[in-house]
Amino acid sequence: MDRSLLEGNPHSVVEGMIIGAHTIDSHYGYVYVRMEYPLAVKNLGIALEQARQYGFLGKNILGSGFDFDIKISRGGGAFICGESTALMASLEGRIGEPRPKHIHTALKGLYNRPTNLNNVETWANVPLIINRGAEWYSKIGTEGSKGTKIFSLVGKVNNTGLVEVPMGITLKEMVYDIGGGIRGGKKLKAVQTGGPSGGCIPESLIDLPVDFDKLTEAGAMMGSGGMIVMDEDNCMVDMARYFVKFLTEESCGKCVPCREGLDRMLDILTDITEGRGKPEDIELLQELGDVIKEASLCGLGGTAPNPVLSTIRYFRDEYRAHVIDKRCPAGVCKALITFTVDAVKCTGCRVCARECPQGAVSGEKKQAHLIDQEKCIRCGLCRDLCTFDAILVS
Amino acid sequence: MVELTIDGIKTRVSEGTSVLEAAREMGIVIPTLCYYPGLSSYGECRVCLVEVVKGNRSSLDASCAMPAEQGQVILTNSEKAKKARKLVVELLIASCPTSKTLQDMASNMGINKIRFKIKDRGCILCGRCVRYCKEQMRSGGIGFVGRGTSRKVATAFGVTPEECRNCGGCEWICPVCERACTANNLVNGLCGGCQNLAPVETCTVCIGCSESVGAHGHRVY
Repeated sequence: MDRSLLEGNPHSVVEGMIIGAHTIDSHYGYVYVRMEYPLAVKNLGIALEQARQYGFLGKNILGSGFDFDIKISRGGGAFICGESTALMASLEGRIGEPRPKHIHTALKGLYNRPTNLNNVETWANVPLIINRGAEWYSKIGTEGSKGTKIFSLVGKVNNTGLVEVPMGITLKEMVYDIGGGIRGGKKLKAVQTGGPSGGCIPESLIDLPVDFDKLTEAGAMMGSGGMIVMDEDNCMVDMARYFVKFLTEESCGKCVPCREGLDRMLDILTDITEGRGKPEDIELLQELGDVIKEASLCGLGGTAPNPVLSTIRYFRDEYRAHVIDKRCPAGVCKALITFTVDAVKCTGCRVCARECPQGAVSGEKKQAHLIDQEKCIRCGLCRDLCTFDAILVS
Repeated sequence: MVELTIDGIKTRVSEGTSVLEAAREMGIVIPTLCYYPGLSSYGECRVCLVEVVKGNRSSLDASCAMPAEQGQVILTNSEKAKKARKLVVELLIASCPTSKTLQDMASNMGINKIRFKIKDRGCILCGRCVRYCKEQMRSGGIGFVGRGTSRKVATAFGVTPEECRNCGGCEWICPVCERACTANNLVNGLCGGCQNLAPVETCTVCIGCSESVGAHGHRVY
């Protein structure tokens, strides 16, 4: 993950950029980093200052006659500014929105000059390759994806955090060996990879090697290296809705398929999760997703339907349950679930009755309680508080 | 000069010509909204999508912003392109149902239902006005404000700027205000009134064959 690299080892990025600049004879470099990552900005600043003091940056680097310096450009936290042309527009001080890329940025990029843009993680790999050789580097990873990759392993696993693994490691190893298995001994349902516009990989594909091609084939992507592990308590439709909501807000709004298409996609998904879904909605989502993917101007729209398309591909039954049976199998979508008390398990401890914000739980001490469905707002607090697993969701 | 193939026909155009212009020169009809001759191409509306064939693969791209290149193979009326255009127009109408230009376009494409929630924003954000103001009037009085669905055309801080000369060009060039659909009741999001009465688009090299552009396009070549 780029943030952790800039925070933890900015020197590797600076070194990579100097080598790259020397190779293509460039004299100006920029690091575009979100303002919301103050530690990354600070540590990179320190690394640049140190590099200048040692003479690795600036005029006549180490007496070689080669000049190169790096500036930090702080972005205002727009997801779209990760897109190459939007990033360059933002760097120039213009609105961060993409342009059609028929003229490649390598010909006309920043300030209309030939520009080489690479990810932070890519640059950090350069010194390693130069020092140890391409052959050594190629030994790690798979046929199409070499080297290592940093993932942010989060979600319902026991061990969460940043992990660097060789490319080609299977999802199973990620989840069970590194992640230490699913929290609470629950069953793995899916792994969402690639950040908000990535896709979901179901439990059945757990042996999938994690590399660029395999992930794309499975309908997900490598993206930023986010990896969210989900268990049986996660609703796939709600998850897709969550990510589409994020992407709708982060779309720059320039082209129609992305701006209007994602907005309508969100409408349909919201309807489905709130119990107003129609059977034909699933096909419509698919059709819309395919067109947004093909017709959008930039990579954001080109990948934004992934969370929806991949969940329809692998979890169509769950969509069907929402629109046809009007139920949420995972017990997440509030409009489609009811909370009831298991009279056998309930010990009548009154914890849920005391804490219910609506006063919807009634019952005497040491007697099974009852939930008033009229008053219940389905917040799930009773289920979380119950130590006897006596609250049932259906 | 570059040579490219559009709909199976080889053509030669000067470098820098867009695929849209090359196709129009051949008399092929490609619908457009944000494109306007004399303004820079913007690639916003995506109704001019065409299929670009590369070996066994093909992709869709906006023809207005795509420069013609040597050896390019373009399909302007393939199923894939038509399907995408139709959905894009459906989305456009869902966000701006009062535009006659859009309603006519829908009628041309054979769209008979808008399946999406209608949210009348009164603007399709094609940016013609913004580009006209900046490029032709050299004013830059209006621009885009906001992101995503809250994006709109506005003046800076909502105040009429000194740069604005009240030329009215922005209104004149707008494909929505230009011809507002006055139908009171939309059926399935579509206007059922004048849509089939008047020929709405004629071929750019029209020799007056009096054939209006029907649902299946107008072929002249």
